[in-house]
This record gives sequence, structure tokens and C-alpha cells, in this order.
Amino acid sequence: MTAYLKLDHIDKVFTRGVASTEVLKDINLTIEKGEYVSIIGHSGCGKSTLLNIIAGLTGATTGGVLLENREVNSPGPDRAVVFQNHSLLPWLTVYENVKLGVDKVFAKTKSRAERDAWVMHNLNLVQMAHARDKRPSEISGGMKQRVGIARALAMEPKVLLLDEPFGALDALTRAHLQDSVMALHQKLGNTILMITHDVDEAVLLSDRIVMMTNGPSARIGEVLEVPLAPPRKRLELATNTTYLKCRQRVLEFLYERHRFVEAA
Amino acid sequence: MNMTATKIEGETATPAATVAPVVALTPKRRPRTEAYARMARETAVRVIPPLVVIALLTLVWELVCRRAGSALPPPSKVFADTRELIFDPFFDHGGIDKGLFWHLSASLQRVAFGYSLSAVAGIALGVLVGQSVWAMRGLDPLFQVLRTIPPLAWLPLSLAAFRDGQPSAIFVIFITSIWPIIINTAVGIRNIPQDYRNVAAVVQLNPLEFFAKIMIPAAAPYIFTGLRIGVGLSWLAIVAAEMLIGGVGIGFFIWDAWNSSHISEIILALFYVGIVGFVLDRLIAGLGKFVTRGTAQN
Repeated sequence: MTAYLKLDHIDKVFTRGVASTEVLKDINLTIEKGEYVSIIGHSGCGKSTLLNIIAGLTGATTGGVLLENREVNSPGPDRAVVFQNHSLLPWLTVYENVKLGVDKVFAKTKSRAERDAWVMHNLNLVQMAHARDKRPSEISGGMKQRVGIARALAMEPKVLLLDEPFGALDALTRAHLQDSVMALHQKLGNTILMITHDVDEAVLLSDRIVMMTNGPSARIGEVLEVPLAPPRKRLELATNTTYLKCRQRVLEFLYERHRFVEAA
Repeated sequence: MNMTATKIEGETATPAATVAPVVALTPKRRPRTEAYARMARETAVRVIPPLVVIALLTLVWELVCRRAGSALPPPSKVFADTRELIFDPFFDHGGIDKGLFWHLSASLQRVAFGYSLSAVAGIALGVLVGQSVWAMRGLDPLFQVLRTIPPLAWLPLSLAAFRDGQPSAIFVIFITSIWPIIINTAVGIRNIPQDYRNVAAVVQLNPLEFFAKIMIPAAAPYIFTGLRIGVGLSWLAIVAAEMLIGGVGIGFFIWDAWNSSHISEIILALFYVGIVGFVLDRLIAGLGKFVTRGTAQN
């Protein structure tokens, strides 16, 4: 088993003046190529901070991130992020938003025509080619997130980082988009790391679920394998015993052993 | 009509969905005349109230200033006195004896020059102050003091430095209009959402690309607020500065009219100054609206 992405003893301490808070403590995780891993935990447990560290947007206090045995500590297109609130640039069209990344990543390796075709190919993958000339304000929330996914995919990342990608969507759109992401993962075989707080989403999509304890000093509490073969069908899984067992395990972890006390 | 009722048996059956046919409706065209009538109504609603107010004010002015011995001329006399200036703005008898068009265009040229300089320098300094914490700490206190200096207070100093009226007037425009541009640009840059910075970081835009593709579009609404305040201030400053430096220009035209007791000409000139200031403001506002049409948050 070779480690593709390796989180090595990551600690994160936020310091403000004299007060300092330890957010993450001793996070160790190895992810294989092509794996879909979800990180789940209550809000405020530092899972978004962890994703930002992997993306290189925030530095770890100690420890580091290894991608294909090379340390990465600054942001780059090899770890493209799909942000929770889509983060499309409102003054660019759908096409231009995707092209922004493509032009940078493939500036030397692809010709202008090839880059154009590549942008359209990725918009097609998320079924958004029809809206290529629309601005983000003219399309729905689910469509924006599709474009966000296309933008990330188009950079051909080694690891695709999803930061609560469906959190801001309504339930129907969310289910629809989850199916799309599942289909894309099967088709392209990307390595995906997803942050979520939705138990069903985690069990449905992931090969492994990483459960985090409550902060401060959040650790990895438990890692659960989801032994369900693809393609997974939402409706069939509703009665599948393995699915239900996995779901049960995660729920127990979140609501019995690591209850979110502040919310009570 | 046949209805199929779906019974839910036990817990497993799913209700059958019936697909409703999609009927495409052709949008109804309103008759042309009706559309024109509505447009006319909408225009009337906006145009008539100010016209009524202007007519009333002119009437009051006429009544107040009509009696003998009044210090200021009534509108009828203003019009009679300045007929020549109104109907022939393009005459040129040499020296400063020119039509109002030439005076206004001289003033506008100075404003265009000084304002362009201050727009470029103001946006550059604003970006610096907005982006760098150290630049802000160093420069902001200086800006806060300098921006309170009235425009005309700069004039003697700039006359001493440039030894000529023309560059001095341009400098006064520049120094008057630059502060709101700097301050608003800096606020705009500081308010760029972290998300956009993250996107730029992941895509690995270099600083120049970041400036052109993220910073300027994201801060554009703020920048245009600054530019709009700036153009208003520079028009305020030019009239005052020209009164002092002389030569061709609407400011000196007013001063000259006062010296020769042509009160009607002053009133006419004020009218033009107001209109031009209004047009300049609208021009920058319109440009801003056009440029920032995609920047609205959603």
C-alpha cells in the first residue's frame, strides 16, 4: 500500500496575542490514489482548517503534507479546491471562470484551441456547457457549484479537495449533485478528499470516513471503511444492511461518544 | 377520464408520477402604440415634477427681483443681457474675449489633465495602501492630514513651485481629487473576499495577473465611488483656481464678469458650471455602471 497523500503529524495552533488555541492535534492520515475519503465532524472541530492546510492556504504549526512523497506547503493546482460557497468570480462568465485555471495550468502544454476544447470538455462533464456565456449571478446555486467542480477538475488535480461542497444547497439539488460527483469519481478515478457534516452524504460517497473528535485539540477519532461496491444507488442503499450499519457507526460516534456540547 | 389511484401497499410501494405535458406559450405582443404610450407616461412622470419646480422658482425669482433697485437681475433681464452669449458660444475676439464654449473647454481640459493624473496615481497608491499593511501604517496618517487641506491653500505653493498658472491649476485639481480615489480604492482592495484570494492562490496567479484579473474587477465598485467623488471635487476646485490664475477658463470668466459688474453673465456662467458638473458626475457614474456590471455580489 503506497501513500499517495500523507498527512504527517499535523498540529495547528492559532495564536492571537498571548492567547493560543490548539485546533488540531497530531493528525495522521494516508490516502491512496483513487480513494474517496470524507472527513466528518461537528462544526468547529477544525475540519475546514485541515482542508486549508492540505490545500496550502494555511500553514500547519508542526507536521506537514506529503503528496507523492513530496512536501507541499503552498497552494497549487495539483490540490484544486471546490469551495463551499462556489467562489466563482462574478465578473467572469462560466466559461471564463473555468478558463482562468486552465490557462495557467496548461499555458505551456496545450495550444489555445486545445485549452478551449478542454474547458468545454470539463463543462460537459458537469452538464454545464449550455451556460457557458452566463455569469454566475444568472445561474442557480447548484449550477454554480457544478461550475466550481468543473473549474477544479479542469486543473487536473492530483487530489480534489471538496470543502462542504453541497452544504449550501437544498436537499433535492444536493442529491442530484452527489450523484454527479459519484459518477465523475467512477469515470475519472480522481483522488478526492471531502469535508462534510452530513452522515448520509459521507456514507454514500466515500470509501473511507474519517471521524474527528470535538475541538479544541481535535484528533482523528475513528476511521471507518465503507465496503460498498460501486456503483452505489441511493434508493437501493436505503435498505442495504452494510450501508445502514456504517451509517449507524458514524451516528454513534457523532452523537454518543462525541456529542457536540455547545449546541445543546 | 381515467384516473389511476396509487395505493401505498405496506411500506414499499412508491407513488407513480404522472408527467404533465409542457405547453409552450407564445408571448403576447403588446400593440406598438400602447408601448409608446407607456414610455411617454414614464418619461412624463420623471420630467414634469422638476419642470414644475423650476418654473415656480423662476417665477418667484422674477417677482422678487423685478422691483426697481433690486441688487440682482430677474431672469428676464438675465436672458436679455446674455442673449449674445447664449446663442453664440463659439465667437473668438482674441485674448480672453471668447464665447462660453471656449471658456468651458479650457476649464475641462485642465480638469481632464489633472483628473487623469490623480486617477492613475490615486488607484496605484490605493492599491498599495490596501494591499500592504506597512504602506497603510506609514501613509494613512499622512493622507488623513493632507486631505483636509482646502484646494486653494495649495495654489500659492504650486505657483511658487511651477512659476506658471497652467501647471499650478492642474496640480490643484490633482491634489484635490486624489484623496477620495486613494481612500476608496484602498477600502475596496481591503474588502476583496478571502474566497477570491484563495481562488487566485490555488490557480497560482502571479501578482500582475492577480492585480488585473482579481483586484481591479473586485474593487471596481469602490474605485468608481472614489472616482465619482474625485471628479466632483476637481470641478469645484477648477473654478476657484481659475479665478486666481486668470486666463481663459470659466472661473476667470466669472471673476471678469464680476469686475465689470455683468451680474447677468455671472448667473449664466453659474448655470453652465452646474450643468457641466452634473454631466461629469453622470459620465463617471455611467462608466462605473458599465464597467462593474458583472461585479455585483450574489
